[in-house]
Amino acid sequence: MDIAFLVDTMGKLLGALPTTLALWAVSITAGALLAILIVWMRVGGNPVLSAAARFYVFVFRGTPLLIQLFLIYYGLGQFHAIRHGPAWPVLREPFNCAAIALAMCTAGYSSEIFRGGLLAVPAREIEAARACGMSGFLLLRRILAPIALRQALPAYSTELILMTKSTALASLVTVWEVTGVAQKIIAQTFRTMEVFLCAAAIYLALNFLLAQLVALLEFQLSSHRRAHRPPAVSRRRKLA
Amino acid sequence: MPDPSTPALSVKNISKSFGGKQILKGISLDAHQGDVISILGASGSGKSTFLRCINLLETPDTGEITVGGETVTMRRRNGRAEPSDRRQVDRIRTQLGMVFQSFNLWSHMTILQNLTEGPVHVLKRPRADCIAEAESLLDKVGIADKRHHYPAQLSGGQQQRAAIARALAMQPKVMLFDEPTSALDPELVGEVLRVMRALADEGRDHAGW
Repeated sequence: MDIAFLVDTMGKLLGALPTTLALWAVSITAGALLAILIVWMRVGGNPVLSAAARFYVFVFRGTPLLIQLFLIYYGLGQFHAIRHGPAWPVLREPFNCAAIALAMCTAGYSSEIFRGGLLAVPAREIEAARACGMSGFLLLRRILAPIALRQALPAYSTELILMTKSTALASLVTVWEVTGVAQKIIAQTFRTMEVFLCAAAIYLALNFLLAQLVALLEFQLSSHRRAHRPPAVSRRRKLA
Repeated sequence: MPDPSTPALSVKNISKSFGGKQILKGISLDAHQGDVISILGASGSGKSTFLRCINLLETPDTGEITVGGETVTMRRRNGRAEPSDRRQVDRIRTQLGMVFQSFNLWSHMTILQNLTEGPVHVLKRPRADCIAEAESLLDKVGIADKRHHYPAQLSGGQQQRAAIARALAMQPKVMLFDEPTSALDPELVGEVLRVMRALADEGRDHAGW
């Protein structure tokens, strides 16, 4: 085993980690915001908006992410109006195209996950909130969203992990993230096994951390499902 | 103080149908401060529906609801009655404390948070005042030691007493009780009834079903 080569490869791959992380963070953030908009359209009660939301989910969940990515990166550039339009400085960059494709795809999946969480909010608790004068955004912020997000967390964590792995597709539109750099090293050294194993180890470590973070968040958000423990303040007071 | 001759709650000629079946047929009721009114009836006879119409969780087909002198304005849209001002509905609901058959406490909040939620976020009262008020209410219903517990960690009777305290924390003009003891074991009914009796002795309006 060529330890020196592995260390050198790992170093080069870790150099591309910020790009992978940025791609993930941008697409998750934009995707979640878009998903919230889609859920709002879907359950808001307007039949036209609801149909549009269903169509969005149908299209983006029903077609391969890779094709969506190619359509945005290679496809849009075909049109003269887009090449000379105001969005071209954004669409010209492969990173931006990859982030847009990832965000639009995850928005389709996430919106259904969020909608599931919303449907799981007990009607009784919503009614109690209405009965004390809550409505609209206040009801959403204080009652619906906290319960819905807690319910959606296990399914959403899977989506977060899938997205980490999906960032690898960006290498196919010349984004130099971890997989892209790995392929470049392979092209130079022909040592496929070592390089891809290093890359896989990076994704594995990322997703391990991610799963731990979500588990921690889930634990913190479910104190209402565990047996009572006195709050930290009163425990400290007892010691003093 | 409002004129004592004005009813705290006045309901005139309420009707409600579900799918062509008329449940409420022109019901009227006046409740003055200090009144305790009980409504009895067989299951399915419309007790809960009447109560839910009062705070507009159901929209009555006809009739008029006045709380503390303010009448809910209604309009017709596509042949169905609906309140014309959602803000007014929210405002009127803050004056009607509702206690549900199955407690309906917010599961993700502690008992204390359940009590301060409405006063802090709906009525915009200072948080410190709300906490002090909530703690004294919890003391009154006998579960002050449970304030940092979550609803699922309490017995049914304790949850219902918390729900009563939550409704009282809004300082409503009228309390509405929708079969508050029917989901409880017989040995837990007593503790809830004791709390309700103490409230009635204090002189708040309250209607129990």
